[in-house]
Amino acid sequence: MSFPWAQEYKPSHPFMQYLDEKLPLPRFVYNAVGAGYPVPRNLNYFWNFGVLAGFCLVLQIVTGIILAMHYAGDAKLAFASTEHIMRDVNFGWMLRYMHANGASAFFVVIYAHIFRGFYFSSYKAPREMIWLIGVAIFLAMMATAFMGYVLPWGQMSFWGAQVITGLFSAVPLVGESLHTWLLGGFSPDNATLNRFFSLHFLLPFVIAALIILHIWALHIPGSSNPTGVDVKTESDTVPFHPYYTAKDGFGLGVFLIIYTSVVFFAPDQLGHPDNYIPANPLQTPAHIVPEWYFWPFYAILRAFTFDFLFIPAKLMGVLAMFSAILCWFFLPWLDTSPVRSGHYRPLFRKFFWALVVDAAILGYCGGSPAEEPFVMISQLAAMYYFLHFLVILPIVSSIEKPEPLPFSITEAVLGKDDKAVLTPHHAPAPSAA
Amino acid sequence: MVRIFGPLVGLFFAAALFWCFGNGAVQYLTAPAAKTAESLFHKHPHEDFKLASDGVFGRFDRAQLQRGFAVYQQVCSNCHGLKYVSFRDLKDLGYSDPEVKAIAKQWANKAPTLDEKTGDKATRDNLPADHFPAVYYAGQGNPPDLSLITKARHGGAAYVYSLLTGYSDQPAKLLKRFPDAKTPNGLYYNPYFANLNLAMPAPLTSDGQVTYSDGTKATVPQMAKDVSAFLTWTAEPKLEKRKQVGLAVVLYLLAATALAYMAYRNVWAGKKH
Repeated sequence: MSFPWAQEYKPSHPFMQYLDEKLPLPRFVYNAVGAGYPVPRNLNYFWNFGVLAGFCLVLQIVTGIILAMHYAGDAKLAFASTEHIMRDVNFGWMLRYMHANGASAFFVVIYAHIFRGFYFSSYKAPREMIWLIGVAIFLAMMATAFMGYVLPWGQMSFWGAQVITGLFSAVPLVGESLHTWLLGGFSPDNATLNRFFSLHFLLPFVIAALIILHIWALHIPGSSNPTGVDVKTESDTVPFHPYYTAKDGFGLGVFLIIYTSVVFFAPDQLGHPDNYIPANPLQTPAHIVPEWYFWPFYAILRAFTFDFLFIPAKLMGVLAMFSAILCWFFLPWLDTSPVRSGHYRPLFRKFFWALVVDAAILGYCGGSPAEEPFVMISQLAAMYYFLHFLVILPIVSSIEKPEPLPFSITEAVLGKDDKAVLTPHHAPAPSAA
Repeated sequence: MVRIFGPLVGLFFAAALFWCFGNGAVQYLTAPAAKTAESLFHKHPHEDFKLASDGVFGRFDRAQLQRGFAVYQQVCSNCHGLKYVSFRDLKDLGYSDPEVKAIAKQWANKAPTLDEKTGDKATRDNLPADHFPAVYYAGQGNPPDLSLITKARHGGAAYVYSLLTGYSDQPAKLLKRFPDAKTPNGLYYNPYFANLNLAMPAPLTSDGQVTYSDGTKATVPQMAKDVSAFLTWTAEPKLEKRKQVGLAVVLYLLAATALAYMAYRNVWAGKKH
């Protein structure tokens, strides 16, 4: 499960020796995020985001559990109880702002983490399973965030719930029944709010379990690195502790400065003013928009404005929106280039940056009113989105001529690798060249 | 399998999107969406509107909040409630306990009561612990509660100020281009309101309409500004606390992160990476 040169846990205190014998939890931690886990020495700051994502989850769970102690999951009381938290609960305003902006921070971090994965092809063998679990975590996060946004029961909460649950009515034949069953009624009401509260409380723990699997799967091949070249010798790695605990500590500090600046000085900037109006089923807001982190997918949903080949536009939109994420599951088999890192893939790199721009355009259109020219722009952008993952990536990976890879991580860092001369049989396998 | 079906699915979605794009483009070119009076004449709130509570070091101007409360008390409260704010909260504005008690007691809109034994409904004087009572307008719909109004509108306090000072006659250009858009009877033209006409008549109409106890001249813009500041406070009474805590937190984190950076450099010293 690790490299042969990994340091072994050797407790010196008799109690720790006793504990190691009965319940080797310290050994487990030591091997997972301690000195017992050798990590490539050349990781850049984009490798901080995994730890930051874990931090965000803990932050959300802790603030969320305290908020739940003061929140009333009842359609008649939810909005007022949220204001009660903001006004009368000691530091309730801080907890709620931390939680609401914590969701945004979590998505900023996770998008950086995912795009890191895109650029460095972190999804490729032998790390497919890590990637698949990661996409599942992302889906669970989206569900959790959506249901959490409904809980304050403001106008955007209510109408967001109306629109998103309405998607299920696009399912052929059983759509309407499915919709009513999911909502517990014909439109979002107390039954909906209560089940969303229950699930919003449950899902973070499902995410926590998935993260354990994600890290477990990570520890089998070990972390990838910016060159994409496999770890070969001990000089390619450093122990996780103290090297990456120190680096992650600094990264966490930078993250917290940005995050707390938003929480304390612009806490409502990322939210929508309409959510400070109590839910009113009789008054539709002028523009129903979800939170910013859903905008790209919302733009894809709304891009389908005409029926296509007898498929209703609404159903197409729903299929496309879910496919936009589901296609990530197939990335390990769509991108067949043996080279992992985008550093050595000149053609892929161009399309990667096109995807970054494309996602930003989709996000901007998703946050704008459903009017021209935003709809036409989002149609073109959504077209590129699907072509990128499903058509361009397979083609690029088969026609591209990658640039030469360094022999090893050590060579990439030091300019030479003495071991490489000593052990010529360590020549890179064809699959890695 | 994935490399056969993947591109097919991709091309399917791309074709559907191209179909939608083509149809939309044809529609856009042949029948462009008509301009509406709202889209041409709606104005955004004044961007140069500033309050003492703005910015990282922002603090409420207590004297201004008290003036703003006077405007609310003498004008707005005839129609609008503040149901998330209680009388005791006014102590934040610098009023003493007896003053708050007196304000609550003298509040014109009394607290409703219900005798549980007889079912009789009655009213009583407000107490400091009571929230500002809602105002009911039978038959006309209830005017919105103002507790959160500066958070619930784009532009916040600047929107409130712009709306209060923005009443005017309908521009001749508007009526010329959209003859059907004449402000209906019982509504009032205000370009800062989303659909240009609202049911509230201009509430602040003349200088000196509100009596200020601190000698400030109660011009219409002054009253509008003061009440916007007051409504910023009602929307977030903890605003000052938030900024104070925020400064301490960010300063602490800057120092801690500087230390973390030095620790990082120290650990990695001599290790090329």
